[in-house]
Amino acid sequence: MLTAAAPGPPPSSPGNGPAVSAPYAGRGNPRNTELGLVALALGIVGTYTAAMEAGAIDQISVHFWIPVATLAIFFLGLNVANRFLAPDADPIFLPAVALINGMGVAFLRRIDLYDDKIHDRTDYSAFSGLGFRQLLWTALSIAFAIVVLAVVRDHKSLSRYAYTLGFAGIVLVMIPAVLPARLSMVNGAKLWINFGFFSIQPGEFAKIALLVFFAYYLVRKREVLSLASKRFLGLDFPRGRDLGPVIAVWAMSLMVLVFEKDLGTSLMYFGMFVATLYIATERASWLIIGLGLFGGGVYLAYILGGLVGGPFANFRVRADIWLDPFSDADHKGYQLVQSLLGLGTGGLFGTGPGEGYPRKIPEVQNDFISAGLGEEIGLFGLTAILVVYLIIVFRGLRAALGVHDSFGKLFAGGLAFTLGLQVFVIVGGVSQLIPLTGQTTPFLSAGGSSLMANWILVTLLIRISDAARRPADGPTAKPGGPPSAGGPAKLQEMATEVMR
Amino acid sequence: MPAIVLTVARFGFLVLLWIFVFTVVGVIRRDMFAGARSGRLVAAPRGIMPSMGQGRPAKVKRGRVAHQLIVTGGALAGTRITLGEAPITIGRAEDSTLVITDDYASARHARLVSRAGQWYLEDLGSTNGTYLDRAKVTAPTSVPLGVPIRIGRTSLELRP
Repeated sequence: MLTAAAPGPPPSSPGNGPAVSAPYAGRGNPRNTELGLVALALGIVGTYTAAMEAGAIDQISVHFWIPVATLAIFFLGLNVANRFLAPDADPIFLPAVALINGMGVAFLRRIDLYDDKIHDRTDYSAFSGLGFRQLLWTALSIAFAIVVLAVVRDHKSLSRYAYTLGFAGIVLVMIPAVLPARLSMVNGAKLWINFGFFSIQPGEFAKIALLVFFAYYLVRKREVLSLASKRFLGLDFPRGRDLGPVIAVWAMSLMVLVFEKDLGTSLMYFGMFVATLYIATERASWLIIGLGLFGGGVYLAYILGGLVGGPFANFRVRADIWLDPFSDADHKGYQLVQSLLGLGTGGLFGTGPGEGYPRKIPEVQNDFISAGLGEEIGLFGLTAILVVYLIIVFRGLRAALGVHDSFGKLFAGGLAFTLGLQVFVIVGGVSQLIPLTGQTTPFLSAGGSSLMANWILVTLLIRISDAARRPADGPTAKPGGPPSAGGPAKLQEMATEVMR
Repeated sequence: MPAIVLTVARFGFLVLLWIFVFTVVGVIRRDMFAGARSGRLVAAPRGIMPSMGQGRPAKVKRGRVAHQLIVTGGALAGTRITLGEAPITIGRAEDSTLVITDDYASARHARLVSRAGQWYLEDLGSTNGTYLDRAKVTAPTSVPLGVPIRIGRTSLELRP
């Protein structure tokens, strides 16, 4: 019962209440921090490009500044877009991704400039080759990222399309499996849709769509998954019927392994689901069940590959290479052996930008880019790149901690984990820690699908971190202005009908 | 290119790369430090103020104003919301400021409104009620710093 003395709707004019505490007061606008860090990142990419050209072609060509300047324009565009669309977002994401993406573009140009007769060449144009393609894809990805930022104004709105996106994700995963090999097979993995002049990897986009569904589903089911359990060996194990969805995703990822012949993608989907499940329920038993199921499935595939061959043979070969690459160093193990030799040649400080032999490793522009880069920038350089990945993942998890709704927490946690898992799977494969799987290195490898999908992933993290860091009275950019959709304004009207 | 230039470029690049990493870590450190500083000032519960005439601007001293709403118990424990002037709505509805997935919470459970520096807690006709410390909230009640607000299994506190 409200009395006359009760506070009515709160004052809307600023200055009437306590001073709004800017949550990050004293640190200035996060967008300016972001801009400064992007400038530093581009400076590093520029230095690398110049040093690389000096090393590779003994001169700094007149074209050396073009990729860096183009990148600068687009990253600046995203920074400006952030000022309007996500003013409170974490300032770390954009510069960290900018550094890795810029290094990717620069290193692909380095591969273009690797040639036995390079010194006879007179044209060092930046408008051709892998580097230029990657530059175009980066531009397209950033344009798309801005569209995503503009369309998805509130990450919670994604949960409304959870079932649609989940279905779309499954369809995207299945398309390459049912297409004839002519249209979907590249280097032994059936992961592609080939349109003739270019091909896309639908699984990269399916990742994000499936994560939306996982997060939505687990928010609904977290109580029953975390509360109903049997205690066994000091761990809480779920009831048999609650295992259903886990088994379903496990079966799906094994089917990816068998029909698309790709362990990496299969590991990504399953790892993503188990991690989201663990974040939702805080039950370590899910991690153990997940690892057990995946390990068992992979071991079974290995045994079957030896016995019956067929769809399992590809995986068997990869596992054998992993166990002893030097036993067949000239044929099957050639790629991994060259990668290990390259990393070894680089040593601690690398051979120097532009002074390695990246083309010795087959597919250096895709899966093995971290080995090619590692040869030239050494352990110190490669570690720095990996630390930057770690920082992106860490800030993603930080956004998950900060955001106020369960869906956002699960979604951001899942996105951050997915990125980290992908880096682990491919860098682990290249350095012979785990069996090699055909994953791209996020933001570094040549390839449009992967670049674009990972930019969307980071854009969604930017969107969620904006929600997590926004003070409760709406965007700081427009104090007193109309609050964003779903914000407090709507609720003032609502309160009147509740008061009796 | 002279060899010395190449050597300088090679090591200079690595140094720059690590300068970037440490600059980013520095930004993160400042970010966390700012969060931790306000977290350390935990006000002790002061009991519930009797009437609503309190909390005029003159009485609100610096440092006593609530700047954060912290979830201290329940599924969202550890979440903090920085308070502005706009009301904070709490409930299971997706458009609430604080969305809680708690079986004992209603879709639109309660809200916190600010007036002249004092925050008032108001129950929005919830099924299971809103409690300020031990007392059930029936009319808008002023919320002192550090006193737990209980909604279902979730508890919240205002912090400076």
